[in-house]
Amino acid sequence: MLTTSDLRIVPAGDAALLIELPARIDPAVSGRAIALAKAVKARCGAVARDVVVGYCSVTVYFDPLQVDAAALEDELRQAAQGLPDHTEREGAPIDVGVCYGGTYGPDLGEVAAFARATEKEVIALHIAVTYRVYVVGFVPGFPYMAGVDPRLAVPRRATPRTRVPAGSVAIAAGQTGIYPIETPGGWHLIGRTRVKPYDESRAQPFLFKPGDRVRFHSLDPGEFERAT
Amino acid sequence: MSLTVVRPGMLTTVQDLGRWGSQDRGVPVAGPMDAYSHRLANWLAGNDERAAALEMTLMGPELEADADVICVVAGAQFDVTVNGVVTDASRPFTVPEGGRVRFGARRSGARATLAVRGGFAVPEIFGSRATSVISRIGPYGGRPLMTGDVLPVGDHFTDMPVPAGRALELPSGGARVRILRGPHDRMFTPAAFFALFDSRFIVTPQANRMGYRLEGPSLAHAGDADILSDATPIGSLQVPASGQPILLMADRQTTGGYPKIATVITADLPLAGQLAPGDWIAFTECTPSEAIDALRHQNAALSGAGR
Repeated sequence: MLTTSDLRIVPAGDAALLIELPARIDPAVSGRAIALAKAVKARCGAVARDVVVGYCSVTVYFDPLQVDAAALEDELRQAAQGLPDHTEREGAPIDVGVCYGGTYGPDLGEVAAFARATEKEVIALHIAVTYRVYVVGFVPGFPYMAGVDPRLAVPRRATPRTRVPAGSVAIAAGQTGIYPIETPGGWHLIGRTRVKPYDESRAQPFLFKPGDRVRFHSLDPGEFERAT
Repeated sequence: MSLTVVRPGMLTTVQDLGRWGSQDRGVPVAGPMDAYSHRLANWLAGNDERAAALEMTLMGPELEADADVICVVAGAQFDVTVNGVVTDASRPFTVPEGGRVRFGARRSGARATLAVRGGFAVPEIFGSRATSVISRIGPYGGRPLMTGDVLPVGDHFTDMPVPAGRALELPSGGARVRILRGPHDRMFTPAAFFALFDSRFIVTPQANRMGYRLEGPSLAHAGDADILSDATPIGSLQVPASGQPILLMADRQTTGGYPKIATVITADLPLAGQLAPGDWIAFTECTPSEAIDALRHQNAALSGAGR
């Protein structure tokens, strides 16, 4: 169990406070960070410009002309004290259909070589896990998911691609993610999905939030073309 | 009432004071690189300081008015002409119906803000008119302006005379900025801090609205050169394994996985925003109370009279 003594608050410049929890990828730590962010929004929403959840941290942004950092720090400690121990939601996993390999997943072969497995085995390992979204960041809607099978824990590419297509499903450093928009990127691309993590025209533009669970399943190219 | 882009310049974007409140979904704040000059230009134009204005970079645009439009420029100094006539753009001036305002040679600074009386009335996205080029969120699809873009001018302004604020003192070849240690100062060696405070770093050509890659002595990590991703405030000096720091600026991504040795204080961010590739930057440590005093002092200079 986590206690308030596991919590450290440090300034990140003069306009943000960083609340640090134990530095590990752990659903309990992440759940605590999500609950803490929620409590901070409820308690300090009027003065917090932004509250950002990290893997094991919460960053609170404020206007230093309006808000005294020491007073805000006290408020954050108060918010942390009232937190329930168990804060995990158990929603249904979000289902993501992926067309693996080929032109959609140009790095699948490389990942298979790294794992000393066949491409089919890599796909089986990737779809076997229910992942947890720890952080939404980098670009709008990008879900950082951890819990990738250790055999697939390839490092980031030595040279990032200058253009990764939107919808690319990628892995690197024990994490998996989905590129919401075309952007430069250094992860290994293993497939493509029609699921849109970010769609400005949708009533809910962002599909993922920290704490969500995600499952992947494999689509053949025909199914992928028909998917919307 | 509107301005039409005749020539866009190198990188001209619509900005307000930033898109706050959506970083937890990965939406960058964006906003001006030099927030002081953005606010000053709006004050001089009679606008709310949060109004949308144009930020131009190194080479400015040429714009045509379809009605009399009152404009004012703050930040980097350019030779500004209206229908070919040299104009003091640091005070409000009128671009007449059918007339053109043109930004010519740049004299100092890297980025200027053009405010129009009434502000630019482009649509808000997630509560802001700022352009995030990296995430393509904002007016005009979140891209820099192009020839033919039409910029609608709004009608929210005050007729009250506004006292003239003091212009930002522009850097000449480089700038010394103040920093606060951390948040990840414990991940660096004492030698890294010695190098940070003792050296001039050069802004490399890999410098844009997201951040500046700096070149200088290597800042050594005490151990790991990676952290579990956390939020990346503007002004953070993040240090990847190479030891060469990256100064994160307005359009930075929301989270990152490199340790941050120090953070530039808010009052000195406008100065950093006026640096161009090839300029030097140096860092001085200050205390939190000095940082706030500097910001209050700067805020008072904005309105001239210390409003």
